[in-house]
Amino acid sequence: MTTALEKPPTAQAQRSPSARSLADTVFRARELSIGGALLLLIIATWISNPSFLDDQGVKDLLLNSSILVLLAVGQSVVVVTRNIDLSVGSVVGLTAFACGHFASGTDHSAVTVLLLGTGLGLVCGLVSGALVSFGRVPALVVTLGMLYVIQGIDHAWAHGRQINAANVPDGVLSLGSGSVLGVPCLPLISAVVLAGTAYFLRTYRSGRELYAIGSSPEAARLAGIPIRRRVLAAYAFSGAVAGFAGALWLARFGTVVADAANGWELTVVSAVVVGGVAITGGTGSVWGAALGALLLTTIGSALVVLKVDSFWQQAITGVLLLLAITTDRVVQVRTTSALRKKSRR
Amino acid sequence: MSALTKYLRWDTAVGILLIAVFLAGTGTTEGFSDTANLSAALDDTAEIALIALPMTLLVVAGQVDLSVASMLGLSSALAGSLWDAGWTFELIVPVCLLAGALGGLLNGWLVTRIGLPSLAVTIGTLTLYRGLASVALGDKAVADFPEAYAKWARYTETVPGTFVPYPVALFAVLAVVAAVVLHCTGFGRSLFAIGAQEEAAHFAGIRVKRIKLALFMVSGLVASFAGIVYTLRYGSARADNGVGLELVVIASVLLGGIDFDGGRGTLGGAVAGVLLIGLLNNLLTLNDVSNEIQVIVTGLLLVASVLTPRVIATLGERRHRHAAAAPAK
Repeated sequence: MTTALEKPPTAQAQRSPSARSLADTVFRARELSIGGALLLLIIATWISNPSFLDDQGVKDLLLNSSILVLLAVGQSVVVVTRNIDLSVGSVVGLTAFACGHFASGTDHSAVTVLLLGTGLGLVCGLVSGALVSFGRVPALVVTLGMLYVIQGIDHAWAHGRQINAANVPDGVLSLGSGSVLGVPCLPLISAVVLAGTAYFLRTYRSGRELYAIGSSPEAARLAGIPIRRRVLAAYAFSGAVAGFAGALWLARFGTVVADAANGWELTVVSAVVVGGVAITGGTGSVWGAALGALLLTTIGSALVVLKVDSFWQQAITGVLLLLAITTDRVVQVRTTSALRKKSRR
Repeated sequence: MSALTKYLRWDTAVGILLIAVFLAGTGTTEGFSDTANLSAALDDTAEIALIALPMTLLVVAGQVDLSVASMLGLSSALAGSLWDAGWTFELIVPVCLLAGALGGLLNGWLVTRIGLPSLAVTIGTLTLYRGLASVALGDKAVADFPEAYAKWARYTETVPGTFVPYPVALFAVLAVVAAVVLHCTGFGRSLFAIGAQEEAAHFAGIRVKRIKLALFMVSGLVASFAGIVYTLRYGSARADNGVGLELVVIASVLLGGIDFDGGRGTLGGAVAGVLLIGLLNNLLTLNDVSNEIQVIVTGLLLVASVLTPRVIATLGERRHRHAAAAPAK
């Protein structure tokens, strides 16, 4: 609901300035609240254990979250169109294994491996996307089916084998461990993909059309938006990003078993939802989704640093997740009614 | 509407497919149609089948409950820790069921009172209930349940005179109840109405919120019961029992032709979907087909199950259009 109001001025010429400025604040507050929660969590953890924010701590935090951030960015592009991609976890598993298999014992460069991963993910995304957009079937069912198919292919192919870090070329591994000017490579790459996607979604016509499709498919159709092509492209993007993340997974961990990222699909969707991207489409930004991913990872790390009994960690994560989506919803309802009151006056 | 779409509905097709798989299995695989194997195959799907019943009602009403497998794990962990603490089983069962109903109540409350989408809510409670399970039992496994209780869940103990294990017999009874409720009562019709158009259903005087709340509670209750069955069947209470099972349940229900957008489907179709996946997996296992291939088959079936009716409908539409266009020339 907020997103409709969040469009850049060019697309919003007809809206009255006062309504827009209020809406702008609301929009900012929405991502601010997630950012605020994140900041609060980090500060509280830091106060009780200063080592949380030393060099290594910050580096770990960034490294741990960068793959989830990537996946959340890809997922939110799909969720914005009122669809969902449950197959991302299995795509990461498949590409991580495929890249490892391809690169093991060779001296392929990191770029080749990344391209291979991205290409493989793109193919997976195109299949899901074609089934959803041209088969006109519910996204959840198709991508759930794709989840099983890709996971099955991955497991049947790996057959219990694993990729060993010793065989992975150094060029690839250095991508996972290396850094530029003290900042690790992985988060940098995630940040670039994030910024690029955010810029595209905000600025480009085809990016805005993704929101239009999610907001009201019928209206989008009547407005002449090529829905099928756009949805296909969103899935292709999500698949390619997941494949890219799979290649990075190999670079980060070196040792890969077939069920890498197994079950991650729901974590990614949680990150997106916590980040304020409505599961019903049309609303939210990839910045929010990335913050959501960062928040989830930070909660995990903070609970470890705070020496919370490991058995409690998942329960606490669950409660925080519910709190986040509930708060978001309550704020949303409040602002909508406030806006309505204002416009009635 | 062409005759094809009118008479060959997807749920009927799944039923036919189920019979075909059964006949093919009987013809090709020795021991498949032995009563002992059928009992085992049915018993292996008992939890999925049980949870699939309330899930069908939920999906018909346009909702989904992803927390069921976590609730199964929580119930299992609770049963294990209470048994460890020396409780009697007669007391443990109601406590687990109560936990299930409360969990369902929380889901329903968040969906109806806060107005959150059920997908988002139950992803959250999926994490929460699994977490509570590990709080209750840690990474321990409790395995010393006495035979007197455990035998009720095993396929070796069947209803006298049949090859039906007790959990499956219970499922059969509940399936009939659910079918009658869904297809023969006003309550069932209101579920279809909510799934088709929630707002219209509300204005038509249907108590949408109350019904949704009840559905989530039943879902939690049945999931916790399935947790007890699971625990006894494997003779092991663990916090991570049934991880990932929610997706299998949903796959079975959707395979049975329940429309994920709500408002359409039959309970018979859902039951056929559950049995089809169960029998197929059993048949593939008997033929030494690896677990990985079974997973692929499930996935392909699922994709085919949603694609086929659409393709048939599109073809039918096209023929209809041709027929309509012809006299105009």
